[in-house]
Amino acid sequence: MVTAAVPRLAVERLTAWYGDAAGIRDVNLAFEANRVSALIGPSGCGKSTLLRCLNRMHELVPDARVEGRVLLDGHDIYAPGVNPIAVRRTVGMVFQKPTPFPTMSIAENVAAGLKVGPPVSRSERDAVVERALRRAALWDEVKDRLHHSPLALSGGQQQRLCVARSIAPEPEVLLLDEPTASLDPLGAARIEELVHELKREFTVVIVTHNLQQAARVSDVTSFFYLGALIETGPTAQLFTAPVQPQTEAYITGRFG
Amino acid sequence: MTPEPQRHFHEELSHLKQRLLAISSEAEDAVGLAVDALLTRDREKARAVIRGDHAIDVLETGIEEQGFQLIALHQPMAKDLRLLFSAIRIVNDLERVGDHAVNIAQSAERLIDHPQIVPEPEVVEMARLARQMLADALSAFVRGDAPLARDVCRRDDAVDALNDSVYRILLTHMMEDPRVIGAGMELLLVSRNLERVADLATNVAEDVVFLVEGKTIKHHAEDGRAE
Repeated sequence: MVTAAVPRLAVERLTAWYGDAAGIRDVNLAFEANRVSALIGPSGCGKSTLLRCLNRMHELVPDARVEGRVLLDGHDIYAPGVNPIAVRRTVGMVFQKPTPFPTMSIAENVAAGLKVGPPVSRSERDAVVERALRRAALWDEVKDRLHHSPLALSGGQQQRLCVARSIAPEPEVLLLDEPTASLDPLGAARIEELVHELKREFTVVIVTHNLQQAARVSDVTSFFYLGALIETGPTAQLFTAPVQPQTEAYITGRFG
Repeated sequence: MTPEPQRHFHEELSHLKQRLLAISSEAEDAVGLAVDALLTRDREKARAVIRGDHAIDVLETGIEEQGFQLIALHQPMAKDLRLLFSAIRIVNDLERVGDHAVNIAQSAERLIDHPQIVPEPEVVEMARLARQMLADALSAFVRGDAPLARDVCRRDDAVDALNDSVYRILLTHMMEDPRVIGAGMELLLVSRNLERVADLATNVAEDVVFLVEGKTIKHHAEDGRAE
């Protein structure tokens, strides 16, 4: 059960630049612990840019920079001296297309993130791999071929493998960037079911183009348009009676 | 901004609204004709109401099916979802209005066989108010006019009060002259049916407020809320 609504992650006056153009402008938004927050909006609205700011991946784009603050448990992840690699270990990310490391086995893929942290023994590593695969609802399907290539897995299985890889280092926040865009409906449904499970332990932020998916999996939805946060609110309210006319027009398919 | 990605769906919604208007005018006319049959002791009009009910039932089924399909096929959101949800409820209420018109028409037919008794002016007034509530609830629906819908809800009390008066008046008549008990009972039924028509018009108006504002005002949900 979700108890107190603590903002695990908060964005304050965040503007993300690509050269001279702002991908998002002056965004203030809080992500509560153990909740699923969905970011929706038409292509180019800034939702993926915001997602990439949350684990310092935006700065990997040439000419990109960020103004404002992103507070993880009250600490600014953009403060001087903060190691971006450490941030990405605490704020994990799963991408649109499954990205298993092709030269590694399934088990090595899951354990890949552990190399960033303190050294772990072989048995500890095996335990982490099993636990992550179980939490990603993939263990039963791969337990007999942990040392095989991940490329033989289906797209949906590969995506769950990527989820397992992201959660193995015990992050606090999990970012999902259109995680089901390349999956068939059954694969997508499994990921959605997984999201419901993951929020027990993690704070989840999901970017999706699929409004029904946002409605099904999230507790809170935020609508972006032209780089601005237009409206944020409980998902049930936003999809049945949104406050802003632009939100209404977008979710009822009157533009976009 | 690209224009209307879901134009086809929104055309279907307009079509559904048109059909809803058709059933509402049928239901409203049925109530009017039934009361007319009662006042003019016209058996033919009463029968026309009873025969016409089938058309209302057919319209109801069609609108329900269309609404159900649009929900399944288009997964509507926000105002579109509220429109379909309220349309399905409204069409049910309108079909019930048709049934009450039939009840009134049946009473009218039976009253023709009774010695002439003059329906109370209160009954005539109830019929006028109930029909006006129904008409206004539907114009509120068409225009998305929440204040008008709230006004319709408020008028229900007047119809309830008239229904109480009719009950007391008819009870007095029947105690004074047992020969009018049969006719008095029929008029009580008519009054009761008109009161229900006004209740259903109120339901429709409540759905209009839900549609326009996304707020539930049923069961006095708004009472006690600081606004």
